[in-house]
Amino acid sequence: MYKYDQYDQKLVDERVEQFRGQTQRFLAGDITEDEFLPLRLQNGLYVQRLAPMLRIAVPYGLLSSVQVRKLADISRKFDKGYVHFTTRQNIQLNWPKLEEVPDILAELASVEMHAIQTSGNCIRNTTTDQFAGVAIDEIEDPRPWCEIIRQWSTVHPEFAFLPRKFKIAVCGSEEDRAAFLLHDIGLQLVKNKRGETGFQVFVGGGLGRTPVIASSIREFLPKEHLLTYLDAILRVYNRYGNRDNKYKARIKILVRAWTSEVFTERVEAEWVHLKDGPATLDGSEIGRVKSFFTSPDYLSVKEASVDSEVSALAAENRGFSRWLDRNVSAQKQPGYASVSLSLKPAGVAPGDVTDRQLEMIADLADRFSFGEIRSTHNQNIVLADVAKADLFQLWQLAKTSGLATPNIGTINDMICCPGGDYCSLANAKSIPVAEAIQRKFDDLDYVYDLGDLELNISGCMNACGHHHIGHIGILGVDKKGEEWYQIQLGGSANKDAALGKVLGPSLSRDAVTDSIEKLLDVYVENRLDQEAFLATYQRIGMEKFKQRVYGTAS
Amino acid sequence: MAQLLKDGQVIDNSWITVAGDATEFPEGDLLVSLDQWLQQKTQLEQHRGSLGVWIDGNEEIEAVAELLLVSPVIAIKFPKFADGRGFSVARLLRERYTYKGEIRAIGEIIRDQLYLLRRCGFNAFEFGAQVNLAEASASLLDFSDAYQVAADQPVPLFKRR
Repeated sequence: MYKYDQYDQKLVDERVEQFRGQTQRFLAGDITEDEFLPLRLQNGLYVQRLAPMLRIAVPYGLLSSVQVRKLADISRKFDKGYVHFTTRQNIQLNWPKLEEVPDILAELASVEMHAIQTSGNCIRNTTTDQFAGVAIDEIEDPRPWCEIIRQWSTVHPEFAFLPRKFKIAVCGSEEDRAAFLLHDIGLQLVKNKRGETGFQVFVGGGLGRTPVIASSIREFLPKEHLLTYLDAILRVYNRYGNRDNKYKARIKILVRAWTSEVFTERVEAEWVHLKDGPATLDGSEIGRVKSFFTSPDYLSVKEASVDSEVSALAAENRGFSRWLDRNVSAQKQPGYASVSLSLKPAGVAPGDVTDRQLEMIADLADRFSFGEIRSTHNQNIVLADVAKADLFQLWQLAKTSGLATPNIGTINDMICCPGGDYCSLANAKSIPVAEAIQRKFDDLDYVYDLGDLELNISGCMNACGHHHIGHIGILGVDKKGEEWYQIQLGGSANKDAALGKVLGPSLSRDAVTDSIEKLLDVYVENRLDQEAFLATYQRIGMEKFKQRVYGTAS
Repeated sequence: MAQLLKDGQVIDNSWITVAGDATEFPEGDLLVSLDQWLQQKTQLEQHRGSLGVWIDGNEEIEAVAELLLVSPVIAIKFPKFADGRGFSVARLLRERYTYKGEIRAIGEIIRDQLYLLRRCGFNAFEFGAQVNLAEASASLLDFSDAYQVAADQPVPLFKRR
């Protein structure tokens, strides 16, 4: 993974001191609330319902075991001994004290981490595939490009006060595991006929109140032009994005208002001036950054014999076999696999982990996966480079720490925002809904039979829980001061990205789990062969689902 | 006299910013609005003090830039400090139109933006009387280096590291 040099380190150190000064001036009454707001947000600090919340950046989801141990330590020292993994692959502390935040940031800086631009109207953490570098369907490793974008976007002088937040995702594979079409900018790595790397550039995707799938504005951007082209897009947005109404301020609204053709023309016209300018990337910089993302020292393994050993263990042990099915995925290197550690056991807020679990994750990474850890936008953890021969032992150890729940990709692996328990924006609680669903569907055979199913829960229309792109989406709404829930069907975060459609009138919390069960019954009764929930829905449509839940035809 | 932070120094601000709807021009060095600059040329030619221009951060600078380059001062007005359009306009003036005069930030800005404003090409800053400019000037130097090219640094860090 990327290692800081003296420039990177100095920048985060100076950022800590800058924010320390700002915090002191705020506490002394020299900065108003309004003035402090963007300063603290751009250092990750929200003021939540119960306490401040600090969002720590995990650039493109990559962490070292040293960093994870530091996070465990910070959570003990400054918080309540647990952290939360977010859908942007970041980490949140729910109970820090404002006056201690500069010290927390200093601790983070000591392990090459920061909270820069994790909130506020600026360029946020760039996200990517949790299987980057090991995915079988990879065109090119997206991580060096994410790092190049990270550096370009960090304390960018022109784009710190954008109309609204701005999110970039990079997809390096055939299949999309980064939901990149639902970002302000989505970059798809592609190769042209001569085998040269470039990007297909998509702009204007996003969730929130007005969910939109991004439009392609450029089929092929040669790689060396990445930063000048991003500068051009951001400059057009900075100058012409709506600043009067925060709900119409995302770039998707500008793209829609202008049409993507006009938007493209404006970007290209701006780019004419920037193209081939000094920010044009050169081979030595690309090579320098790529040199940090080389393959680890894999052992050469006789794959066939390892595979038969693993199969034999799986045949004897049902738990292990289930875990292999759901939580272990193939990767490029013969004899190795990628392991997902589930942060979704029933009874725990999705994405929450304790300090001890973090330390266990770090230990497992050191022992089995070259000391590297990845966070996923589904709020789980991935150890990407595990020798298959170690899988059984890893499973046993992970199980003792509650990290081996075999539910990845199932209905119980839901994406869920912090909701009304923590967030001051939420209309409704989301964590208790997630828990009720996990408790209802605790029969593993039934859950496996349902197969791949994405269920996403947001506590309000800001859509942090990505409800629009769940195969089943649940949205908390406020109805005369009471918490109600709207169900949507048919969303998808993949290359066939689709936004869910509303099933019908919203339901009380008591009715949510029973209604989900009815939806699943309709699926099971109607599916053909191995058809997944989403495919059945796409084939039979909304009506049967609706009738079952509401009891009448409409 | 009001003070100004310019090129890192606290100096007297000799310039008066004239409201866009003013019909009479006071004595002294004046920053006039873009409309006044473009449309009241003859009247302004009679003026005995120095003349400069102020523009809004949302100005379509491309349409008028060539007409502004003779001004010794171009002030860019921030309607709210969180409105970042002026950052882009300053960079365009410096980097695309190679404007060498003073670019001044006026309106609503805060001290904590100084480093970024400076990088985008601003070299002069007006604050309300309550701001201690000498103290605030420390924020010009919040960071010692930066990754990106900007008005103050034509070579990106990746070519210097």
